[in-house]
Amino acid sequence: MADFLHFRDDAPHDEPAVTLDAFLGQSNAGAVRIESGEDVRSLLPHLSRIRLIEISFPTFRDGRGYSTARILREAGYGGELRAEGDVLVDQIPFMRRCGFDSFAPAAEVDEAVLGRALDRYDHVYQPAADARTPVWKLRHG
Amino acid sequence: MKILTGNDLATGDVVWWTGSGWSRHVEDAADVGDQGEAIAHAEEGARRVNSPYVIDGEQSDSGPRPAHIKDRVRALGPTVRPDLTLKPADPDAANRVL
Amino acid sequence: MYRYDQYDQNIVDTRVAEFRDQVERRLSGALTEDQFKPLRLMNGLYLQLHAYMLRVAIPYGTLDGRQMRMLARIAREYDRGYGHFTTRQNLQYNWIKLSEAPDILADLATVEMHAIQTSGNCIRNISSDQFAGAAADEVTDPRPWAELLRQWSTFHPEFSYLPRKFKFAVIASDEDRAAMRLHDIGIQIVERDGTFGARIYAGGGMGRTPIIGKEIKDFVPVTNLLSYLEACLRVYNRHGRRDNMYKARIKILVNDLGAEEYARQVEEEFAAMETLDIDPPLAEFERIAGYFAPPAFDANAPDEVDRSDPDFAVWVDQNVKAHKQSGYALVTISLKPVGGIPGDASADQMDVMAGLAERYSFDELRVTHAQNIVLPHVKKADLYALWQRLSKAGLAEANLDLISDIIACPGLDYCSLANARSIPVAQKIAKRFSDAKRQRELGELKLKISGCINACGHHHAGHIGILGVDRKGTENYQLLLGGSGAEDVSLAKITGPGFDEAGIVDAVEKVTDVYLNARTEGERFVDTYRRVGMEPFKEALYG
Repeated sequence: MADFLHFRDDAPHDEPAVTLDAFLGQSNAGAVRIESGEDVRSLLPHLSRIRLIEISFPTFRDGRGYSTARILREAGYGGELRAEGDVLVDQIPFMRRCGFDSFAPAAEVDEAVLGRALDRYDHVYQPAADARTPVWKLRHG
Repeated sequence: MKILTGNDLATGDVVWWTGSGWSRHVEDAADVGDQGEAIAHAEEGARRVNSPYVIDGEQSDSGPRPAHIKDRVRALGPTVRPDLTLKPADPDAANRVL
Repeated sequence: MYRYDQYDQNIVDTRVAEFRDQVERRLSGALTEDQFKPLRLMNGLYLQLHAYMLRVAIPYGTLDGRQMRMLARIAREYDRGYGHFTTRQNLQYNWIKLSEAPDILADLATVEMHAIQTSGNCIRNISSDQFAGAAADEVTDPRPWAELLRQWSTFHPEFSYLPRKFKFAVIASDEDRAAMRLHDIGIQIVERDGTFGARIYAGGGMGRTPIIGKEIKDFVPVTNLLSYLEACLRVYNRHGRRDNMYKARIKILVNDLGAEEYARQVEEEFAAMETLDIDPPLAEFERIAGYFAPPAFDANAPDEVDRSDPDFAVWVDQNVKAHKQSGYALVTISLKPVGGIPGDASADQMDVMAGLAERYSFDELRVTHAQNIVLPHVKKADLYALWQRLSKAGLAEANLDLISDIIACPGLDYCSLANARSIPVAQKIAKRFSDAKRQRELGELKLKISGCINACGHHHAGHIGILGVDRKGTENYQLLLGGSGAEDVSLAKITGPGFDEAGIVDAVEKVTDVYLNARTEGERFVDTYRRVGMEPFKEALYG
């Protein structure tokens, strides 16, 4: 069982994350926390100096963080992108596809179950923020 | 009276707490008094029931009768398919749900 | 029709294995019901009044004989010998065991079927025109577009935890047979300068706040469609309300923002999206479209129909529609026998329909949102033989679009959300109007019944709508008039205080009497209502 998961080559960034408001108020912080519902687009001009963005999932039903993550990756953010809060093991594969590469779930995750979930699908229908090739590309080369 | 009901986890069958276990027949339902929530919690934890809840009921000539029509339909089966209810031979069963 | 390739089959097979793993974790206690519920819902498995209910997807309502036979086999082996066709062109089984659900999905996968995303706050089964590929009035077959959407929306990683469920409908004719404007996003394929594109309507829906979808984009070429829809969904996912589940559908967002502002935000998102290589190449659309090529019609098939049997002629006039190919016809098999359960079919009837499709309709069937079955490509010369076989199976009710062709949700007989029973009301109304001549005299009259405010029975879109409510523990029925889910889309209005079960049947008869007295030549019930207004109906009901 694990309460932190990390899918990056570099070490987890352990600087405490500041709020979006604090960050935008001239903070020198390299880590920022986005609450569900906050507009992450205000961060886009500053991405090059950020090393960790933590996105909060207050309940597993709140799916706004999936869009937040993709917006960051589409804008070229390459730092650590962490899902924090009510993150369920069966959701992590979708989160990985949206660009999350570390996880701080409120309840521990069974790594054997997670391993099966992450390896399960050989194919995906649509491109996302990960490197997986959609089947239409496989079909048409 | 207070009645505890739920569904069997594996089969989904509607079940009623008898005081010592679960029955498919509302006639077997026990008055759980103020113990419903505690029993529900223990039984759900042991996976002997799914999504249990406590309802109001009354004792009638034919045994315990749920106060709300929804649970009376649950106790019998679909009123429009008497053949699929728990009382397929009783032509009047659906009317007693009302 | 579409056939899975190795990739489609692999994804569906993998889904079966994944769900088997999830069910095992639930049965072993590794998952609580709270954790398991969103997982099972994402696979169409509900806990209903009497048991688990499984909703099987029938993408855009199209299936073949082999698939229909499998639905019949599952009904026999795992359920209680029947299934229920729904207003979203799906099929529901009412008596499923959780422990057997993975085996059912495995059986479905052998015939290229699944239950993926038939529930949950995700993109649901894509619905379409049941006459697609056969209708005389379509500009093209909408199903390749629908299949493109099916694949794109399947396990979409960003849009699987939306504020609320999300329903698409795709049509390609001006006549709307799919209630397109009452979907979260409705798409009409239109032709411009020799190419086809999607006209997009957003923010339609029924439920407790019915709203008609508004046009937000007049033309999206197929090579941009998915990126445009991705933008639509992203705006909704980010800004749709999550504080109140009754205000979480996209219709509330579009209504609050205004359609123009919603469209503007979508455009802004789309401008970024378009550059991300989200859209498959045209070759992929063409690959899919190739599966929907017209069957090998006999160009010399005769156009005449021998109408000498009067019962047959009545059925032809009511249930048979014009096909785009001369010598062929569209046949609707009514699942609305008087006194029956709207949309229910026994396993035996499913087998009969499968056999008839194989023999008479190029092995194709369709499910309609009005809970009937269509054989889309029947030779006119075969109609009489087909009708005789349907009659033998109790499937030749000649009541398409008449007052007994009632849409009804399962209601309190099956559904844990319902407040009142729908099916008995449908049965009593159909019996009251059981005289076939009387029904035909009344003409087209779409009667739709929901057992609760969620409106699965489309009561807002009924020429006559009925809404079951719980009034102090007893069933009560409100009457609504003047709705339509078709191209003349409108929302029905409540007449006044509700009725008990016997009273609602009388009330329906009274409003039809008002219509018969007030109508002018050629007017349908809903036309007369629109001309004379609510007052004469109210007067007759409440005097």
